[in-house]
Amino acid sequence: MREDITVTFTLNGAQVSIETSPGRRVLDLLREDLGLPAAKEGCGSGECGACAILVDGVARLSCLMLAAQLEGREVVTAEGLGTCENPHPIQAAFAASGAVQCGYCTPGMTVAASELLARNPSPDRCEVREAVSGNLCRCTGYVKIVDAVMDAAEAMRGGDS
Amino acid sequence: MTLAPSSIPHRDSLSKAVGAERFSTDFSPPGCLWAGARRAGEPHARIKAVHTAEARAVEGVTAVLTGADVPGSNLQGIIHKDQPVLATDTVRHAGDAVALVVAESREALARALSRIRIELEPLPGVFDPELALKPGAPLVHPGREGGNLLSRGLVEKGDAPGAFAGCDVVVEGRYETPMQEHAFLEPPNGTARTTPGGGVEMVVSTQAPFRDRFEIGHALGLDPMRIRVRAPYLGGGFGGKDGATVQCLLALAALHCGGRWVKMCWSREETFLAGYKRHAARMRVRLGAARDGELKALDCSMHFDSGPYAHLTVEIMALALEHAGGPYSIPHTRIEGFCAYTNNPVGGAFRGFGVVQASFAIERSMDALAARLGMDPGELRLKNALRMGDANCAGVAVESPSGVTQCLEAVMAHPAWAERAAWKAGAPAFKHRGVGIAASLNAMGYGRGLPDSAAAKLELTRAGTFRIFNSVPDMGQGNAAAFVRMAATALNQDPAVFELVQPDTRLCLPAGSSSASRTTYTYGNALLKACEAMHAKLKARAALFLLADEPDRLRLAPGAVVDEATGRSVPLSMIGAMLSRDDRICVDQFAMPVVENPPDTGKEFRLGFPHRYFSHGACVCAVEADELTGQVELKSCVTAVECGRVFDALGVERQIQGAAAQGAGFALLENLAVDGGRILAGGLDTYLIPTSLDLPGLECLAVDGDEPTGPHGLKGMGEVGVHGPAPAVAQALQDAVGLAVRRVPVEPEDVLRALRGEKA
Repeated sequence: MREDITVTFTLNGAQVSIETSPGRRVLDLLREDLGLPAAKEGCGSGECGACAILVDGVARLSCLMLAAQLEGREVVTAEGLGTCENPHPIQAAFAASGAVQCGYCTPGMTVAASELLARNPSPDRCEVREAVSGNLCRCTGYVKIVDAVMDAAEAMRGGDS
Repeated sequence: MTLAPSSIPHRDSLSKAVGAERFSTDFSPPGCLWAGARRAGEPHARIKAVHTAEARAVEGVTAVLTGADVPGSNLQGIIHKDQPVLATDTVRHAGDAVALVVAESREALARALSRIRIELEPLPGVFDPELALKPGAPLVHPGREGGNLLSRGLVEKGDAPGAFAGCDVVVEGRYETPMQEHAFLEPPNGTARTTPGGGVEMVVSTQAPFRDRFEIGHALGLDPMRIRVRAPYLGGGFGGKDGATVQCLLALAALHCGGRWVKMCWSREETFLAGYKRHAARMRVRLGAARDGELKALDCSMHFDSGPYAHLTVEIMALALEHAGGPYSIPHTRIEGFCAYTNNPVGGAFRGFGVVQASFAIERSMDALAARLGMDPGELRLKNALRMGDANCAGVAVESPSGVTQCLEAVMAHPAWAERAAWKAGAPAFKHRGVGIAASLNAMGYGRGLPDSAAAKLELTRAGTFRIFNSVPDMGQGNAAAFVRMAATALNQDPAVFELVQPDTRLCLPAGSSSASRTTYTYGNALLKACEAMHAKLKARAALFLLADEPDRLRLAPGAVVDEATGRSVPLSMIGAMLSRDDRICVDQFAMPVVENPPDTGKEFRLGFPHRYFSHGACVCAVEADELTGQVELKSCVTAVECGRVFDALGVERQIQGAAAQGAGFALLENLAVDGGRILAGGLDTYLIPTSLDLPGLECLAVDGDEPTGPHGLKGMGEVGVHGPAPAVAQALQDAVGLAVRRVPVEPEDVLRALRGEKA
């Protein structure tokens, strides 16, 4: 077995150094070692998107990444986007629009949506559908999810439309 | 009417959106052990030996158990107990668990599981529910009376065989629907430990915590009342977590962990392999009518593939038979059903519970009839729609207002149907457009023979806020939030002062499962009764403070009880602080009323037949088929539902959109291919469920009804929306390319064959 390595990266705005096996999945590192369970495991093979996190601003699947790949990167999980007291506009819009049912896909969805809105503040509905198409949801039929992202985009632009 | 969004978001929505809500899979106590099952991999075989020595030798492994280590009956099952926790002598499907391993880490667990060697002697299997009933078929349970016939049922009304002679038109068809995977995103999982007193406690993703205790207790020979089950919000269920998944294995593992927590979480592949599926069904329908389209007679037979264990197959078949006539008035019916044991994956509950299959067959038959009569398929449905006082196909009179007519009228007035001719004429090059319509109904609750009951507990805290002890898990349908709104309305309080305790068999009072579109109706009624008691109590206790000798003149205001006569009030916090714990709690219960004079049919079904209350629906789907690739695109899907009074417009809309999405997947994508008992599409890479790009803007219209027995006049509606898309898409494809759809999912090859003029 290979020896543990130390990985240093920024996690939700704070510097983290952690000793871990280089082959540890980022999903397990976050959920089990760092106590951040917002990223969920739905398939473990990159199909469902429930484990999505932002790595240097790009939505990535944490079930397909190994701990060593985080070295020097900036990582944001759904916990880093916002909290119940101070939610990110996307999270607030998901809650307000009825885009959350069982909620298991939601952290991953909000991460994918935040990447979209960071690069395209005024998407149309087709672009939203495209952006979240790698995130499966079995509850909603996606209508409310698209509504929520459109609402969040508007809110983040300052209410113009 | 299109629903206006409700202004109050569901209370768990934000905690889930920010990732703060804890699902059972997020419950990982420090020092937790890991458990996992070794699955057979063979669909039918004799177990000659299970070699565990190498697995035991893996560092970090604390226990390796086989069937011989299971105390109790080693049999799971909700009603019919025939599924071993760990198979001992025979493997009956590829997902059977043969050994259970407990280890200090997931890595050690995986290593040990791969080192268990199972010596199997393959046996001939049976994989077809009709062939399984033929003489000489391999037996799934040798020596069982009845062979592979798990159950037969018959529902009859009038004289169907005789009535066909008087019909002007008779259509006949065979239809087939496949297994469907729930594909809830949170895999089956849980965490358990033994307690010092000799009990077991468990946090698990389950739809039926109160029932789980008995299933675990029976299988493992434990006292069910010493089993505590907690059910946080589920990451989806849809029926797939109705019945033991991890529960019995997990409790067995806990018995060997000396009080330490042990966790089990199935992988996605294991969930495909071992989880329950919507039953594959074969259906033959004869439907007869007069020249003017009035239905006269229905003769139907259905075969359900149970897989190797009964699970809920008999009950699902009962519901299928009860719904085989659809939402139509048919004077003469004969509906026969068979469920057969096979060596395929295990069939189980899935949103729509047998009605999805029946609905496809009767709706396709209605289309065939409309075509033969040259009638508009919407008009034919309207003409025969069940109305107040009509008897349904099982002979039960419709006694609550029937919304099927209103639902049909709503979707037929929608542009997707009303303007279909113009839309079809605008098809782009190489595309063929078509539009289809379907109607449906879905029973609510367990039906006669099985009390559909719930008990609710409501506590006034010492601080003057309220605590609702929810007994019915929320798998995403939003019942938890509905309970808060109901109680807040009943007690005239701000919803924010209600805390909601999620199901916990130690703290909450017993209730049935989160299933059968029953949760909000049944628990909601119990909760409203508890609220009434709380209302009376608060006034009576406040009267002591206010020196009001007529408590009835007092009124509940947010945070206080007010005496308008004197202008004085007492804060709820003062009442809470004064009362003893016993006095701060109100409990009540409710059991759903049943059919009073059940018809003299369906005698085989002891439990769950017939039903008294139904929700109704209608659906229009528009599709575009590509003549070059055969690909079918769903362009619009409009669903109307009547589910009593609309209490939470947003809640109705989201459930109906979600149900329609699952129906659309069933129609066009989801093919759980199984060959010789082996699942070929065993992951989300090969079993395709709809993505955001596969679904159009699913639209929901709600017909406002009123169910006098329902809390705030509402009925359950979690299931009724799933039935429409498959038959409506089928009819739309017939309209578009002339494809006579007899099975789903429709494949591009089917479309291309139809375009070439070949028979389906």
